[in-house]
Amino acid sequence: MIRQTKEIIIKYIFFLFSLASIVVLGLIVLSLFREGIPLFSKVSVKDFLFGMEWYPTYDPPSFGIFPLIVGSLIVTLLATLIAVPLGVLAAIYISEIAPQHIKIILKSVIELLAGLPSVVLGFFGMVIVAPWMQETFDLPTGLNIVNASIILALMAIPTISSISEDALYAVPREFKEASYALGATKFETISRVILPAAMSGISTAVMLGMARAIGETMVVLMVAGGAAAIPESLFDSVRPMPASIAAEMGETPFRSLHYQALFAIGIVLFCLTLAFNLIADYVSHKFKQVGSGTL
Amino acid sequence: MDSDIIKLNKVNFYYGPTRALTDITMNFVKNKVTALIGPSGCGKSTLLRLLNRMNDLIDGTRVEGEILFEDKNIYASDVDSVEIRRKIGMVFQKPNPFPKTIYNNISYGPKLTGIGADNMDALVERSLRQAVLWDEVKDILNKSAMNLSGGQQQRLCIARALAMKPDVLLMDEPTSALDPISTAKIEELIEELKKDYTIIIVTHNMQQAARISDETAFFYIGNLVEYNKTEKIFTNPDVKQTEDYITGRFG
Repeated sequence: MIRQTKEIIIKYIFFLFSLASIVVLGLIVLSLFREGIPLFSKVSVKDFLFGMEWYPTYDPPSFGIFPLIVGSLIVTLLATLIAVPLGVLAAIYISEIAPQHIKIILKSVIELLAGLPSVVLGFFGMVIVAPWMQETFDLPTGLNIVNASIILALMAIPTISSISEDALYAVPREFKEASYALGATKFETISRVILPAAMSGISTAVMLGMARAIGETMVVLMVAGGAAAIPESLFDSVRPMPASIAAEMGETPFRSLHYQALFAIGIVLFCLTLAFNLIADYVSHKFKQVGSGTL
Repeated sequence: MDSDIIKLNKVNFYYGPTRALTDITMNFVKNKVTALIGPSGCGKSTLLRLLNRMNDLIDGTRVEGEILFEDKNIYASDVDSVEIRRKIGMVFQKPNPFPKTIYNNISYGPKLTGIGADNMDALVERSLRQAVLWDEVKDILNKSAMNLSGGQQQRLCIARALAMKPDVLLMDEPTSALDPISTAKIEELIEELKKDYTIIIVTHNMQQAARISDETAFFYIGNLVEYNKTEKIFTNPDVKQTEDYITGRFG
């Protein structure tokens, strides 16, 4: 009797702990919406999302975040274009090609890269990449889309690489043996059997890498340049959404229109990362392989 | 008159410092079924995987001696393991179709070499017919091979190996993961295939070895103990150890 009661108590304790994270997340989302939604009584959703001018401190102010959305998307997209080939190819090399000792070194270096604080990477972009870029390409500023994308790519590579690597490891050995036994070379085996079988995991890795890049704040705050305008070239400055929130939040009066607008940007960001996660989830289910020969 | 397709001459094989095969000298006869038997860990699967250089894929292995396939040493430095594997096909213990369609499973190997590329449909049909699977799958060629039953998957794997038009087919306990009915089908198939192929099969099932093979080799702790006509091995073996194993007194 007492033992059973104990079991029940333990069960509920664990339930409460697991509930805690859901409750906290729920409260955060709730406050995000509570602070952000009132903006839309003054500014229409359309003007907010597609307005071309972000002048929150002018009189009258203008809250169009389209340039910020464009800034976020273009920086994320370019970072993905850089990080996906590097991350996936590194994962293939580590899991399929590299000899044991190189594998160990590479893995720990990539993990170290994941552990670098983003402010350190931002600093690197600011004082090393930016002046170099400015001089080499004769630009008005080195703090621009390309610079931010490179630094964001550096941050996304460990995510993409380590999740892709897990996916590659999970490909059953039987598939590889079958391929080799049919006279396939290593390259043929990788490209025609291993990669297709790991595709769902690799796609998930890419989506999660993108989610990480789009929400990243410190790097874009430091190296994207901060110009809230639609860029005309890849060497223009932009002001991605997280950078705007971080830069302006400290100077807005509590519950002013500007304050609410920043929360509304938070809602947009939240929806975007949620979308990336949902797509990642969908992709990983859709392309899920049925294991090896089931009997 | 030389009908030996594969000849082993004093073959030793090592996993790192451990010797797994000791001084194996034996010949495999063309168009016969040879069964390799012996208790687990006796080296029979290792020997099988030596014949198409699958052991190359494992780090730290080493081969001594000669393995001649059609009188050429397959471990000579100028021999490409990829070429060897195209001529000596393999079927594994666990059915391992690719997570692709049935059609693409069969066409995978031929596409790599370009053989039969001009008439892939015919090659796929021929291979599936040889593996006696055609009638069961002809309407679902574009469905995933993963939906087939275990026995069907194994026959698909045989068909996939046959599509490469190999000379030799190595089978590593091909029925150990299958039910009795699927096993019977595969055994019938082996009987049929030996007209055109040399088959070397590892099996733990004594009755199976007795039923389907022409020659039987008994291995024990990395040594070839006895190698003779199957009938002789199973009725009147020369070595006491062989008799003990076959009658179930050990192993």
